[in-house]
Amino acid sequence: MSATDSSPVVMAFESVSFGFGEGPLLQDISFELRRGETLVIQGAAASGKTLLLKLSLGLLRPTGGRIRLFGREVQELDERDWYDVRSRIGVLFQEGGLFDSLTIEENVAYPLLNQRLLRVPLEQVRDRVERSLDFVELGHTLARFPSELSGGMRRRVGIARAIVTQPELMIYDSPTAGLDPITANTIMALIAKGRDVRGATTVMVTHRHQDGDILDRYRFDAASGRLAPAARESTRTRYLVLQEGRIAFLGSPDEFDNCPDAYVAKFASR
Amino acid sequence: MLDLLKSPVQTFQEFTRLAGLAVRGIARKPYYWDDIFIQMDLIGIGSLPVVILTGFFSGAVMALQMSRALQTYGATSQVGKIVAITLVREMGPVLTALMVAGRNASGMASELGSMKVTEQIDAMRALGTDPVLKLVKPRLIATAFVLPLLTILADFLGLVGGYIVACQMLHLTQGPQYWESAWRAIEYNDIAQGLLKPFCFAIVLSLVGCYYGMQTTGGTQGVGRSTTQAVVVASVWVVVLTFIIGRIFTSM
Ligand SMILES: Nc1ncnc2c1ncn2[C@@H]1O[C@H](COP(=O)(O)OP(=O)(O)OP(=O)(O)O)[C@@H](O)[C@H]1O
Ligand SMILES: [Mg+2]
Repeated sequence: MSATDSSPVVMAFESVSFGFGEGPLLQDISFELRRGETLVIQGAAASGKTLLLKLSLGLLRPTGGRIRLFGREVQELDERDWYDVRSRIGVLFQEGGLFDSLTIEENVAYPLLNQRLLRVPLEQVRDRVERSLDFVELGHTLARFPSELSGGMRRRVGIARAIVTQPELMIYDSPTAGLDPITANTIMALIAKGRDVRGATTVMVTHRHQDGDILDRYRFDAASGRLAPAARESTRTRYLVLQEGRIAFLGSPDEFDNCPDAYVAKFASR
Repeated sequence: MLDLLKSPVQTFQEFTRLAGLAVRGIARKPYYWDDIFIQMDLIGIGSLPVVILTGFFSGAVMALQMSRALQTYGATSQVGKIVAITLVREMGPVLTALMVAGRNASGMASELGSMKVTEQIDAMRALGTDPVLKLVKPRLIATAFVLPLLTILADFLGLVGGYIVACQMLHLTQGPQYWESAWRAIEYNDIAQGLLKPFCFAIVLSLVGCYYGMQTTGGTQGVGRSTTQAVVVASVWVVVLTFIIGRIFTSM
């Protein structure tokens, strides 16, 4: 698939390694992600999934290797230039990362008001915040604080904040962790919708194989307003499995389902 | 042995890095005025009761303890002078700073620490704000502005406390004489020292609080640990700095 794919590369890791000093936590990470593709990252706890995402946001610096984002070498970038790169990325953090001293409205408006490159006119902010919250069906919570919402609602606010700037690249860290199956499916539907309505490139870390299934087997159907089954090829989804900081698997959904490796097979839906 | 030294050396290195970034940030836009005023309110108004109480009673205690010694030398008229000098040079700045360290350096460490462990600081960076400018700088500016004012207040209330003990309770001296000798005792040098100290303490306090907050790891437990560390380290620095600054002034 990727051999014939001519979309521009959005994110590329080239033998990237990372550690905090005592031994490497990520080693020899290489992959490429093209515009419109979906990458589902799985792996045991502490295998380095969150670290990988933070490297791609410049929140951590690689100790070796090269990272390219939107065609730009970023591993040497200084913090100020990183802000420009980050303004093209939307992110949902594992721990939520909602500012608990700010209301829901202020949280969602935050990137609009603070991303240096965006400069959204003040009179448009309210409107875009409302649209973004409507997208996650939380339009009525504007004046509340994150602590007053349930875990699932907070996750949805996080998604609203991530998509409010309409970024080309979306990063989700364990969006369904700790949620009941119904809420988890709602969240996954939102993620698929975000991907298919805008064609955003999507990276998602998850612990549930169902989450990957939803992204690689379904597309959001604008006509009916819900997810509809789709050919696996059409979603351009790939899987990446991490094992103790190394890539144990990288490939298409079919390869993933049929991978003989015992560790990888534990994550596949069989 | 080298391992033992590695972590303090590394901590100091990281601390100086943060301090450098924050100080450099002072000249850089943006200024988050809202945050600065919130912090001023939190530190200044919030610390008023404790600063008033410690200021007042430290002056009172000093007059009380000095009374016996001064009586033996028949120098009870000097009580205002002694209270004034000790307060303005040393007790006022140090006690106020220790109180603010306990209240606010710990507050900063726990607030930024919980922001760190819930990935709010990462989110801040990801969403376009520099946490040094958005979190550290307002706290630094607010503390540097407010702590000298609090110290002046504590000094004054300490003198009042001394007055009440010396003149009203023990009748060591007359009111006008007390104030007269207190006023005369304070030299330009003492005022400079008495204001420079809180200013330096403020910088160290706020940076230590923010530093321990920002480097928190290990969940809510880690927040508790950083908070304790921040208070201990900030307090020790206050005492060490007061000696260093005092030494510089006495040798001048
Ligand atoms: N700030 C840090 N300092 C030191 N070690 C860290 C830090 N953050 C993460 N690690 C270590 O890096 C390793 C990978 O962590 P990471 O957060 O990427 O795991 P993960 O794959 O996201 O796990 P989970 O599924 O539980 O979220 C872990 O061993 C963790 O202890
Ligand atoms: Mg993680």
